[in-house]
Amino acid sequence: MNERAAGNARASDGAAAALTDEDRIDLLRTMIMIREFEEQVQRSYLEGLVHGTTHLCNGQEAVCAGVAKALRDDDYVSYTYRGHGQCLARGMDLEAAFAELFGRATGACGGLGGSMHLTDIDHGLIGAFGIVGAGLPVAVGAGLSAQLAGRKQVSVCFFGDGAVNIGAFHEALNIAQVWRLPVIFVCENNLYGEFSHILHTTPYEDLVIRAASYAMRTELVDGNDVLAVYAAAAGAVARARDNGGPAFLECKTYRHRGHSRTDPAKYRAPAEVEAWLKRDPLSLYRAELCAAGLISESDADRFTIEARSAVKAAADRAAAAPWPSLKQDFMAKTFV
Amino acid sequence: MTANEKMAAAELKPLQMAIQEITYREAIVAALREEMRRDPKTLIMGEDIGASGGPFKTCQGLYEEFGASRVRDTPIAETGFVGAALGLALTGYRPIVEIMFADFLGVCFDQIANSIAKHRFMSGGRVKTPIVIRALGGAGLRFGAQHSQTAESWLLSVPGLKIICPSNPEQAYLMLKAAIRDDNPVLVLEHKALLSTKGAAPIGLDDVAMPTGPRVLRPGRHATIVASLAMVGKALAAADRLALEGIEAEVIDVQVLRPLNVSPISDSVRRTNILVTVEEQAPTGGWSSDVVADVVSQAFDFLDAPPARITLPDHPLPYSPHLEDSFIPSPERIAATVKSLL
Repeated sequence: MNERAAGNARASDGAAAALTDEDRIDLLRTMIMIREFEEQVQRSYLEGLVHGTTHLCNGQEAVCAGVAKALRDDDYVSYTYRGHGQCLARGMDLEAAFAELFGRATGACGGLGGSMHLTDIDHGLIGAFGIVGAGLPVAVGAGLSAQLAGRKQVSVCFFGDGAVNIGAFHEALNIAQVWRLPVIFVCENNLYGEFSHILHTTPYEDLVIRAASYAMRTELVDGNDVLAVYAAAAGAVARARDNGGPAFLECKTYRHRGHSRTDPAKYRAPAEVEAWLKRDPLSLYRAELCAAGLISESDADRFTIEARSAVKAAADRAAAAPWPSLKQDFMAKTFV
Repeated sequence: MTANEKMAAAELKPLQMAIQEITYREAIVAALREEMRRDPKTLIMGEDIGASGGPFKTCQGLYEEFGASRVRDTPIAETGFVGAALGLALTGYRPIVEIMFADFLGVCFDQIANSIAKHRFMSGGRVKTPIVIRALGGAGLRFGAQHSQTAESWLLSVPGLKIICPSNPEQAYLMLKAAIRDDNPVLVLEHKALLSTKGAAPIGLDDVAMPTGPRVLRPGRHATIVASLAMVGKALAAADRLALEGIEAEVIDVQVLRPLNVSPISDSVRRTNILVTVEEQAPTGGWSSDVVADVVSQAFDFLDAPPARITLPDHPLPYSPHLEDSFIPSPERIAATVKSLL
C-alpha cells in the first residue's frame, strides 16, 4: 500500500523542489509544534483540564502541515473533530486553542465549541465538523464562493477514510466536479474508521477509486512524507486556482493513538502499529533534513524544546483564564 | 440589458411600492427577484429552478434575469447543496436554497440541525450564517404520504434556526424579503395548496422587517383560533360561519414558529377566554402543543374551557382523495369545535 503511495509521491517531487531551505525547516517546526501540542493536550486531559473527549492527530502531522504549506492566507480550510493540527498549521493562536479545549472564555470560540469545533474565520478556518462527512458539502460551498468571487482562492477539505461511506461525501464530490469548483478534498486515510479497519467497512483500501468514479483528478500520496504531501497539494491547488477543477488527494497515514481519549486501540495488531511507528512522519522528516545538512540534530532538539516550552506556556496561561460567564448574552451568540 | 446593467438600474431607481393583487407564487418570485437585485451577494440553488423556473414555478424568470451562476440548478442532492449554502454563507454570500418538497428536508436534516443551526453558536458568535431555506410543503394535492407534509414540527426543537410560515401572498412576500436580509438561518415553510391563492401585497415595499410573533388577521371577542399555513384560511372560513350565528372568533396566524412568541396569543385569550388551535400535522410534538402549554401557564385563570387542538390524525397522510380530505381540518370542524367550548 505504501509502495504505491510512495511511487506517486516521487512523481510529484517537482513542486517540493521549489521549497526554500527556510520553508523546509518551517515545515518541520510546524509538525513538531502540532506533535507537542497534542502531547500537551494528552497531559492536560489527564490533569482534568480538557473535558469530554478529544481526538489527537499524532502520526498524521505531515498531512496538515504539508497541505497548509501549499495554501494562501485567504484560502478556506474545513476539517473534522480531529482538527487541532489543521488549525495550528494555519496559524491559530496556541493559547486560544488550549483555552478552547479547556472551555475558557478566552478560547477561540469563547468556550462554546470545544475540542471538536475549533473555528477561526480570520485564518480561513471555516469550521470543524463533528459529524462524519458533514464538512464536505460545506467545503463545496466555500469552493463555489471562491469561484464566484474570482480571486483564485481554493477551498480545502480534510476528512478521514470513514467519511467515504456516507452520503454527504458523494454529494459533495459530485457537485464539486460538475461545477468544476476549486476544492481540494484531502482524505486522511489512517486505515481505521473509529474502531473498524477499513476493509471491514469498505470494499478496498485505495479510496482514490471513489473519487475517480466522479471523473475527478486523484492522487495517492504517502501521507507520512511531508514533502510528498506538499508536492501533491501544491499541484492540486495550482490547478484549482487556474480553473482546473477539484482534486482528491488520498494521504495514507496512521494515527499513533486511539480514535479518541477513551480508546486504547487494542483492535490493531502490534506488528502493524510497530511498522507504522517506524514510519513516524516527524522522525522521518527530521532525519531527512539532518541528512541533507539543512539542520543539525541539536537544531532539531532545540526546535522540540522551544515548541514544548511554547505549548506549556500557552497551556498554563489558558488554564489560568476565566470560565465563560453564565450571564453572557447567549442569544447574541445564537443569532446576530 | 445585461444582468449587471439591470442590477445597476435597480440600484439607481428606488422601488415604487404598489398594492397589487397577486398570487402566493407570484409573491415568492417578486420577493426573490427584488432581493436578488438589491444584493449581488445573494444567489439561489435548487433542483430545476434554473431555465425551468422551478417545479412549482416559484423561481420563474429569475434565471433569465440573473443567469446560471446566481440561479443554480443542483443535482438531486439536498445534503450537498444545503451544506454548500453554509460554506457560501461563511465566506460572504447570502445563499437561498429551494427544497422542492418540504418532505425532502429529511434528506438534509443533519446539515440543518447539526451544522447550519449550530455553527454560529459553536464559533462563539464569531461567524454569521445568513441562509434562507425555502421548502414547499402541505397536503391537499393528492401527492401521498411522502410529498404532502408541512414539516413544521421537524425542526421546531432545534435552537439556532428561525422558522416562518407565510399563509397569504402578503406574508409570503414580506417575510421572504425579511428572511433574505436576515443574518441568521431562516427556514421558510411555504404551502403548495396556497400557491395559486390571491391576495393584496405591497409589491416594491423596501421597508421590511422580520416578524417577531403572531399576527391577528381577524379580530373577535368570543374565541381565539390560532392556525398556520393553509389552516389559516380554514380558520378564517370557520370564523365566517360562526359570525352568521353571532359568534365573533379572533383568528391569529402563528406565522413565526421559532422563536415562538405566545404572549400575544395569551393576550387574546385573556379577552376571549376560549382557545382553539389548528395545525396541519400529526398531534404529537407540533407547535400547537407549545401554544397551549404556554397559554395555560400565562393565562390559566382566563380560560373558560380546556383549550382544543385540531390536528391531522396520527397517521401518514393517505392518497385517496376522500380520505385525504377527511384528514385535513375543515372550517365546519373548526367552527363546531369552537361552539362546543362556548
